[in-house]
Amino acid sequence: MSPHRLDLVVVGCSWGGLAAAGALLEALPGDFDAPIVIVQHRSEARSVLTELLGRHTTRSVAEPDDKAELRRGHVYVAPPGYHLLLDRTGFSLATEGPVHHSRPSVDVLFESAADAFGERMAAVVLTGANDDGATGLRRVAAAGGLALVQDPASAERATMPAAALAAVPTALVADIPGLAQILVAAAVRSEAR
Amino acid sequence: MSPSSEPALEAAEEVDREDVEIDGLLEAVYRYYGFDFRQYARPSLRRRLWRRAHLEKVTTMSGLQERLLHDRACMEHLLLDLSINVTAMFRDPTFFLAFRRTVVPLLRTYPFIRIWNAGCSTGEETHSLAIVLAEEGLLDRTRIYATDINESVLVRAKEGVFPLEQMRAYTENYLAAGGTRAFSEYYTAGYEGARFDRSLTDGVVFSRHNLASDGSFNEFHAIICRNVMIYFDTKLQDRVHDLFHESLVRFGLLCLGQKESITFTSHADDYKVVDAADRIFRKVR
Repeated sequence: MSPHRLDLVVVGCSWGGLAAAGALLEALPGDFDAPIVIVQHRSEARSVLTELLGRHTTRSVAEPDDKAELRRGHVYVAPPGYHLLLDRTGFSLATEGPVHHSRPSVDVLFESAADAFGERMAAVVLTGANDDGATGLRRVAAAGGLALVQDPASAERATMPAAALAAVPTALVADIPGLAQILVAAAVRSEAR
Repeated sequence: MSPSSEPALEAAEEVDREDVEIDGLLEAVYRYYGFDFRQYARPSLRRRLWRRAHLEKVTTMSGLQERLLHDRACMEHLLLDLSINVTAMFRDPTFFLAFRRTVVPLLRTYPFIRIWNAGCSTGEETHSLAIVLAEEGLLDRTRIYATDINESVLVRAKEGVFPLEQMRAYTENYLAAGGTRAFSEYYTAGYEGARFDRSLTDGVVFSRHNLASDGSFNEFHAIICRNVMIYFDTKLQDRVHDLFHESLVRFGLLCLGQKESITFTSHADDYKVVDAADRIFRKVR
């Protein structure tokens, strides 16, 4: 079906996101090597998010420095107090104002990723109590990327996935194990081409 | 009538039309106004250009280019969009704590201290530095050169008036940064906001400087440039690192933002790490 390589997975989550993102990482097999970039809404304090997520995966989990390269097999987490953006080669950080009261914002990551990766990417909106991510997911879908949304009924907070689904009615909906299966299938298809 | 033929106007593969439009817009702005944003990091630049486009009610980057060239006010708005960065007093308190503990003792060895706060924006960081230096007894023998590309943010930086509703957060930052007094001693609450003590900026020279095009203007014992170069592409970052390297005394200190690295630059080997987490480096050659 998908004729394109899966070169990037972006994930957005808020309330309940740590558990959900952790479960998603755990559900992905070890040979799934597309880079995964996560925005989890968080306070500005220096936090232990990378360490907590690292317990769910054997991949390296890190907050990227500005202009760091995007590498296969790695998991990246947006640092607190910065927006995280992507271009074709790697990361850019920004300290402009919060979007949806959040910095990092899911929309900012998704929109920049859509511009740079288009059909070679997938975007996933998980649990959360606001509507960040909806606009970004629409941009990903418009650019030909794969749009995935956690089934609101299975999410700890339904607002964020429901808003994403309202913005992108054609998005694929599943619980976390189902989302992992869809990502794996997309990666396999792209390998087989 | 000639026989109909298929139009041959297909876009070349792998060429993004919007990229072409943005290249043209930046070139036009540079040639007409002299402002050079051609080497700014594209993802955030694109965001800010689109935000301006929406406010101007144009739907393409070409449309924005036309507006910019024919409407000076539009260009002035864009300049503000591109140069105001949301900052805070004592942003990243651990940095200011590290500055107090590791940079201040090194600065103390100089009879007269010159510091360059590059990309000072609206002055929150400059005031924070001045407060630390005052508490450490160094402010009266320090000259801070606070520079920014944008004249209007410098006016605000000079005024030293910040929103009252931020004072609670700034007080917390100040204490976490190792502040030794009551933060409220430094400002007077007024109608227009919290006005900071003038004596903090008596020794500060605020002036325009464009990191993308201007050269070195002095030799400094420390350069503080945090979260400014994240808006530049790697080429422009290299240029600025050349400039900083040239502008630092031997064993001078370079302070970057907490997610800025020198390992990706051509000067990686010219500095020794003083504080890895808070990104403080010392020029060793």
